[in-house]
Amino acid sequence: MTSSRDSDSLQADVLVIGGGPAGTWAAWQAARDGATVVLADKGYVGTSGATAPSGTGVWHVPPEPIARENALAAREALGGHLADRGWGHRVLEQTYANLQRVADWGYPFPVDEQGVQRRTSLQGPDYMKLMRRVVRQVGVKVLDHSPALELLTDADGAVVGACGLSRLGEARDWTVRAKAVVIATGGCAFLSKALGCNVLTGDGYLMAAETGAEFSGMEFSNAYGLGPAHSSVTKSAFYRWATFRYADGSVIDGAGSKHGRSVIAKHLQAGTPVYALLDLANEEERRYARGAQPNFFLPFDRIGLDPFTQQFPVTLRLEGTVRGTGGLRIVDERCATTVPGLFAAGDAATRELICGAFTGGGSHNAAWATSSGTWAGAGAAAHAKAGGADAHARPVRHEDRAGLEGSRVLDSTGLIEAVQREVFPYDRNLFRDPATLRDSLVRLDGYWEHLRGAAAGTPAARLRAREAAAMVATARWMYRSALARTESRGMHKRTDRPATDPSQRHHVLSGGLDAVWTRPHRTAAHDQPFIAEAA
Amino acid sequence: MIELVSEDRCTGCDLCVQVCPTHVFDAVPGGIPVIARKHDCQTCFMCEAWCPVDALYVAPFAEEEKAVDEAELAGNALLGSYRRTIGWAPGTRGTVVDHSFRVLRG
Repeated sequence: MTSSRDSDSLQADVLVIGGGPAGTWAAWQAARDGATVVLADKGYVGTSGATAPSGTGVWHVPPEPIARENALAAREALGGHLADRGWGHRVLEQTYANLQRVADWGYPFPVDEQGVQRRTSLQGPDYMKLMRRVVRQVGVKVLDHSPALELLTDADGAVVGACGLSRLGEARDWTVRAKAVVIATGGCAFLSKALGCNVLTGDGYLMAAETGAEFSGMEFSNAYGLGPAHSSVTKSAFYRWATFRYADGSVIDGAGSKHGRSVIAKHLQAGTPVYALLDLANEEERRYARGAQPNFFLPFDRIGLDPFTQQFPVTLRLEGTVRGTGGLRIVDERCATTVPGLFAAGDAATRELICGAFTGGGSHNAAWATSSGTWAGAGAAAHAKAGGADAHARPVRHEDRAGLEGSRVLDSTGLIEAVQREVFPYDRNLFRDPATLRDSLVRLDGYWEHLRGAAAGTPAARLRAREAAAMVATARWMYRSALARTESRGMHKRTDRPATDPSQRHHVLSGGLDAVWTRPHRTAAHDQPFIAEAA
Repeated sequence: MIELVSEDRCTGCDLCVQVCPTHVFDAVPGGIPVIARKHDCQTCFMCEAWCPVDALYVAPFAEEEKAVDEAELAGNALLGSYRRTIGWAPGTRGTVVDHSFRVLRG
């Protein structure tokens, strides 16, 4: 089968896997630094990922010391004092510079009454269409519908490319030999249909882990997005205007979008429908809301409902590590991972460095994507340059092949549903306790063993098998990390340990495939005194 | 979920086959694209936004399939409504302003 299929072979200095904001910034920067670049996305660069169909706030703060200090201070307690101020400053600086570029490229930022451009929001469709255009202008070779399936390493264990699938029309295999690889494949939302998230299945985590890469903060992986029950539109910002109610219209005590999601989750878990009504919005907010988030209103307009005057049932969809903060561990300012030649950017990388233990929501993730993308792209280009002319000639071996080889036929669909049963329920993932985590891990470990001896046949089935394997692996890193953090901190809530333990002001690293490991990791940032939140 | 590729409107440009991030459509030689993998649709509305002739309709239901009536959708000005809202339809470019900074302070 494999031998008879057509195969495309390419060479480049840098291969970027994943074409959302982080991947496109990485590709753009690497190309600007003189590297030849291939950018491969599972879907289409311009529509793929959580940003394109959505739009996002941006953590964009002018270069005024007090404003920047306040921006950092406001996050510290929320993030459980795990963030690193140095990284915070770097991200604010790089984001400010990058959004100037976005403006120069012609993005239509709005202008306020004083004639000043406001750059604290990006509309996803426009932003990502623009990023597609600019990466092509600097000569990046874009491979759409080209999911990577496995990384290639040389005899020293350095990453030197990837193999994948080109899935439009007649499926073809592809191989890209590169001197450095950037993983920008996003987080993992377990096919929950949260907006734009179904391409985000942890593929890059799995490939990276197979080469020995480490993770950090995978316990911060239980973000849930709030949205109308019937809909995929998990855009939560406007729920600041919501009151949450029972079917009869009476208000649910303590339920809220920012504080009080637990109350919503507990009602939903008990089978009690929860309704929202955006009745706290004032006239100005109602007038401007459509211009701020046009797609927020799609699910309402298309069923003929006015969310400001009519209540509607809501649900919480798992956004996992997309809005969590855990991901591939970053070991230096170039966004290098622990594996030579392998860099990580965006939601695929840990965002604890700027957000600590609690989701920064869209704006911090957007700032991190553009900043880390820039640094990973520059780092990969520099690594490629230093790699020497013969790097492409080195022998290559394929990394691990979970779900790709074995004697049994893999039922990926059944496996995916089984993983979802472990990670979707609020009483397993949002509210955690050791007995339930262990209970899930027994089954998840079993699914992993099952995967190791199984394979899928057709190209489409091979991709689905890798997605299933990535989700099983991700759930195992998540829950082992959740067991290791024997306290509550940020979004990680342990019902048996509701308090934060000052002695656990550290990261939880994790990794491994057959045997998953965790270990605490304390950095200099964790010795800094707490800084009071700015007024 | 994607519910409609309008035979009347579709020009067979196959752009939706390209832009759908979850590979829902298949191109058909000499014909218009088909919805080949409906259950992979993530209801992200991107195909609608990119369709140059407003031939597609994504119903707002993420899990539930619901048949639609094209004449009714057209009558309610729903075909192409998302494209107009984001300023991508002819004549709407430059008319759409992001008001986030007015309503999402803090």
